[in-house]
Order: sequence, then C-alpha cells, then structure tokens
Amino acid sequence: MRNTFANTLYEYAKDDPRIITVAADISPAGSMAKLRNDKPEQFINVGVAEQSMIGICAGLALKGCRPFAYTIATFALYRPFEMVRVDLCYQNLPVTIIGMGCGLVYSGLGGTHHAQEDIAIAGALPNMTIISPCDPLETAEATKYCAVESMSPVYLRIGKAGEPKITENAVDPFKVGKIRYIQKGDDICIISYGLMVQKALNITKKLEQQGMSVSVVSNHTLKPIDREGISGVLNSHNTVIVMEEHVPSGSLSSQVKNIAWDIQADTTLLTFTLQDDFIHYYGSHDALLAKHGISEECILNKIINNEQVSVRAI
Amino acid sequence: MPDLAATIKNSKVRCYQYRMRILDISQKVSALHMAPAFSCLEIVDCIYNVLMQDHTDHALRDVFIMSKGHGCMAQFVVLEDKGILPKKDLDEFGKDGGRLGAHPDYGLPGIEASTGSLGHGLSLAVGMAYADKMKKQTNKTYCVISDGELQEGSTWEAILMASTLELNNLIVFVDNNDFISIGRTSESHPHFYPLLEKFSAFGWEVYEVDGHDTKQLYETATNRLNNKPCVIIGKTVKGKGVSYMENQPVWHYRSPSSEEYKIAMTELEGSLAS
Repeated sequence: MRNTFANTLYEYAKDDPRIITVAADISPAGSMAKLRNDKPEQFINVGVAEQSMIGICAGLALKGCRPFAYTIATFALYRPFEMVRVDLCYQNLPVTIIGMGCGLVYSGLGGTHHAQEDIAIAGALPNMTIISPCDPLETAEATKYCAVESMSPVYLRIGKAGEPKITENAVDPFKVGKIRYIQKGDDICIISYGLMVQKALNITKKLEQQGMSVSVVSNHTLKPIDREGISGVLNSHNTVIVMEEHVPSGSLSSQVKNIAWDIQADTTLLTFTLQDDFIHYYGSHDALLAKHGISEECILNKIINNEQVSVRAI
Repeated sequence: MPDLAATIKNSKVRCYQYRMRILDISQKVSALHMAPAFSCLEIVDCIYNVLMQDHTDHALRDVFIMSKGHGCMAQFVVLEDKGILPKKDLDEFGKDGGRLGAHPDYGLPGIEASTGSLGHGLSLAVGMAYADKMKKQTNKTYCVISDGELQEGSTWEAILMASTLELNNLIVFVDNNDFISIGRTSESHPHFYPLLEKFSAFGWEVYEVDGHDTKQLYETATNRLNNKPCVIIGKTVKGKGVSYMENQPVWHYRSPSSEEYKIAMTELEGSLAS
C-alpha cells in the first residue's frame, strides 16, 4: 500500500504543481524519494514538527494547492489534532492527511505508535472524510480521489508495504462513500476495511469449506458512512459480521449497530474490534491482534459458534 | 493613487476613528477583546492602508492573516472602512444570527483564515507565502501575531520553517504589548525576552519599532533587506489610547460601562486634538 500510494501520488504530482507533499520526518522511500528529487519544490520536509505540517498544508490549500500531510498515523492526526480540527476541518480545505501504519501495524514500536482509535477521533470532526483502503488497488483509487477530486479534508489510512491485491475481481467498483462487495454470498456477510479485509477473506475460505455462502464487503469509506449500502447488507444476510482493528468507541462496528437498530434489522450481528485498552507489549502484528481476541482463528471460532467476542482485560 | 505621505500622516485620524467605532460597538455587547485590538490597531491600519497592494488578479493580491484572532475588532473596523465588510455586519456584531463575533471566520469578506486559537496563523502564513513563492509571484503575506503566541511551540515550528523555506515574501508583526490575558509576560516568564535575538537566531531579519508609530512601521517594512522572512517587533501598549485600559488585564475582554465609555471618548478626542 505504501509504495502504491507513493507511486500514484507521483504520477499525479509530476503533472500538477498544486499537489505538494508536506512530510514530517518520515523516510521518503520509493516514489516519494523520486518526487523529492524530481520535484523538490513540491516536497517540503518540516522535520519533527507535525503542528506546522498541518498548518502549512492549510496555508497551501488556502492558495489553491492540494497538499498531502505525510507521516506516521499517530503523529499525523493525534499530535496536531487541533490544527486538523481548526485549520483543515473548520475551514473545510482539500488537504489529505496520510496516516502511515494505521491500526497496530507498527506492532513492534509500541503503544506510542498504535493508531487504534484514529477513526473515532477523525470521525468526530465535521467535514472530514475517512478512507481506509484494503489493498494496493484501493489505495491507488483512494489516492487518485485525494489528488484530483476531493473538496474537503481526507484522512487516508495506509497500512504498510507488501500487501497483496485482493480486489482485482471485486463485484463492485471502488467509489468513495459507497461500500463495495468483493464477493457475494447468501448466508453470511463480513464487513471490514483496511488490512482486516485480507483476514476476512481468509476466514471466508474456511467458512466456505464448511458449506457456508459468504459475502465480503470492503467498507473503505468510514466517513461518510454508506447507510444505504450497510442497510442493504443487513437486510440481505442472516448473519452480518464486522471485524476491524480499532477500539469499540467510534468504530465501524458501533456505526453498523446504530444502523441495524434504526432499520430494525432482523439479522444476527457479530462485531470484532480491539478492546478498549492500550497494549503494553511487543511482537508481531498478528500476535497483538490475537491478544485482543481478533486473530483469524479466534474470529472464525466465534463465527462458527455464533457468539460475540469476549472482552478480557489484558 | 492617494499620496503615501498623506496616508501615513492620516493614520492618526483613521486610528482615532477606528477606536471610536470599536467603542461604539462595545456598548452593544458585554465583551469584545477591546484592549488587544487597541494594542495592534496602528499595525493593522498600516498593513491594510499603507503596505498591502491589491491586484486585479485575485491570486496576485497581498494577503493578511490575523493570527491573534482575538484582536479582530481592529481588522473588522479597517475592513469596514475600506468597504470590504458591510456596515451591517459590524452593527450586528455578537448579535444572534450575526456573522461577526470575537474571532474572525474564513470566508467572510476580507477574512483570509479562521483564527482565534493561538499559534495557528503563522503556519498558515508560511504555507500561503510558500505557494506564492513557488509560483514565482511577487506579492506578500503579512501576519500579525501576539507576543503571547510566542509561547506556543507551534509558532516556533513555523518560525523555523519560514527561514528554512527562505520566505522573504513573509512579513510578520509581533504585537509586543508584554501582556497575556492574566498579566505581564516579563513578570510571569522572565526568559521570554529578548525576542530580537531569538528570531535572529532562527534565521530571520528582525527589527524592533514603536508599534503605534505608522511611519516607523511602514519604513521598516519597506526598507528591509528582503532576503529572509522579516519580523517587525512592535512595542505596543495593551489598551492603547484609553488611560484606564492601558496595561490593565481586566480590559482584555470586557466592555466599558456607559460612564467608562464617555471617559474613553473624551480621552480619545483629546488625544486627537493634541
């Protein structure tokens, strides 16, 4: 995802001087380094100074530019939060905040680098759009949207490098603000976003081996939420599962529950989120997910047993 | 084209009228940050009426960012005088449904950015100045910051970036009245000063002038070396022009009573005649 984002941004930036990357001391690897070399005036490194990163992006946007604020998710959103709120959202400017390493991707770097509540925080802001692509193909589409179409602030969650393409044969095209079926089944639907969609597909294979017919939905746009699309999912499946790498508050799960209540959905709804807890240990990404009860194996077992994930303090 | 010398000389009359207008508005609302506006009034007047160049191409105009958003009454009365903000808006200041309140809102006539939370405006100005410079435009970005904003870390981030990006099209005025809302900065933060050396160490061209002297403000801004971002530290008096408001923290926000209003008007009329 990281490389696809940089490649896509480069393709648009090389022909559009309005596209300016304002980075806060994050390694400009791959195409980002190429952008820095080929178009140095379109690449500003503010250094370890995230507040000015957002403020400068706002100033550029006030002059008609289409800036990208680029650094690790926690530092892109949490540290300069009030600048995001006032400079970008209150003034409703077309600035894209790139949150690298969303969720628990930086598992080995510890809790200071975990963006486990970023959707709740960004989602509370009026005018903000949140996009969390699930693979390089969606990342390219989302980056194109931010570079060319968006008229307001976007928080674009990027995972890491090396994720496989999983949407080549998706049923629906990518459209910001709309859910997207990657595959369609009859019994169960798993809704997810970001890196968890790959895990949803892995779980789906195992469910299908047990004779279940499974839909998988990429809910790449977390805000604005596609109420109509999610209502359709709830009304057309006996069991709907939401799985995500985010704390319960302000999560997609909570939004799907709201919609289910509003439409009085007649379906079983299981939600799998991170727990409402910080993580004080290190290890692989999967190990951290397992500790919070949302490993593939754990989710699969809960689905088969049709039970909600238990909440256990770590 | 108005005569420049006359425009500078007339600043005394203009600022008298601006203070009178702010005092009039103060009688309709309970509070409006009067002393912070009086403090930077000559600076804001100088920027708008003497320094800024308009342009038929909107993209090539000079821009002003009022980073100390709580001083916006100074900005509002000047914009009204220039026919940019309608009188109706100022008459409805702070009223239900009114468009103007105690901080400026982006999108209103003449308001280039929403400010009010301190420590934001200079980064905005840096971004705007960079965009102009990248397009090889010669227009300028003016920004007024309070000295209190120099306590914000974000302001120093922007100060470092302005010199790093070699923004010689950025001119910042510090409204250096030595007060934050609850008291004197020189007393609460003894190492806040010197300012001149701090800016200089960050790679800026720095000047210190009387912030109520339009001629000094103008000549400093136009005679700079023009190879670095420029900061003009204006030594000012909070509440300038009304004796009982000057350097008294209580006037940071409140409006005068009708009796206090009359005293203020009398004093202002007296100072104009002197």
